[in-house]
Amino acid sequence: MIEFVRNVRLWFAPEEIRREGGTPDYRFSLANERTFLAWLRTALALIGGGFAVDQFLPDLRWGWRVGLALALLAAGVLCSLRAVNHWVRCERAMRRGEDLPVSRFPAVLSVVVAVVALAMVVVVLVGWQG
Amino acid sequence: MTSPPARDPGLQPERTRLAWRRTTLAGTVAAVLAVKTALHGGVSAPRIVVCALCCVLWLGFLAVANRRIHALATSPEPAALAPRHATAAVLCTVALAVCGALLIF
Repeated sequence: MIEFVRNVRLWFAPEEIRREGGTPDYRFSLANERTFLAWLRTALALIGGGFAVDQFLPDLRWGWRVGLALALLAAGVLCSLRAVNHWVRCERAMRRGEDLPVSRFPAVLSVVVAVVALAMVVVVLVGWQG
Repeated sequence: MTSPPARDPGLQPERTRLAWRRTTLAGTVAAVLAVKTALHGGVSAPRIVVCALCCVLWLGFLAVANRRIHALATSPEPAALAPRHATAAVLCTVALAVCGALLIF
């Protein structure tokens, strides 16, 4: 947690990152940037999915619709915050010549998406019968 | 003593530029869906305010992306992305999601 707070400070303070270690090959930095952008797109897709659930499933009961939409929006927020945090951690690790940080976030996100998809299947089946 | 051979940039800057482009497209889709949600339940003052806020966030995101695209397109060895800009892009995304949560409730 303390590590996370320190990283949040780094999000806003480019000089502090630049003080550490040496500048890595710019191609590695660009690859790190593309990974960050891919995660940001994932976050935007989750947020767009939240809006889509709210707009395009009007027959769903209010609780399900709002619950699913808010879950997707929250997943999008988490995903985007984690994107910038992971990017900062990778950038620092490359400057210091350390191993890149590992993360269990991709696994967690996959499980959440799978659970939401299963919930949708159940909702659609129940909707057909009801 | 010869100078070290120049590093081949390959297509790295261009790939990164296109990644930013794709990300602005994803942001545009999310913003359009947000505006549709804002204006769906009838026109009222708070909804118009949130709708305008979504448009401002989208423009902010575009500004960050265009800055970076310009930097990548003009320099043969572009500097690494500044954390400020990464954070700005992420904050626009988070604010869009918060607007969505307000609208859906």
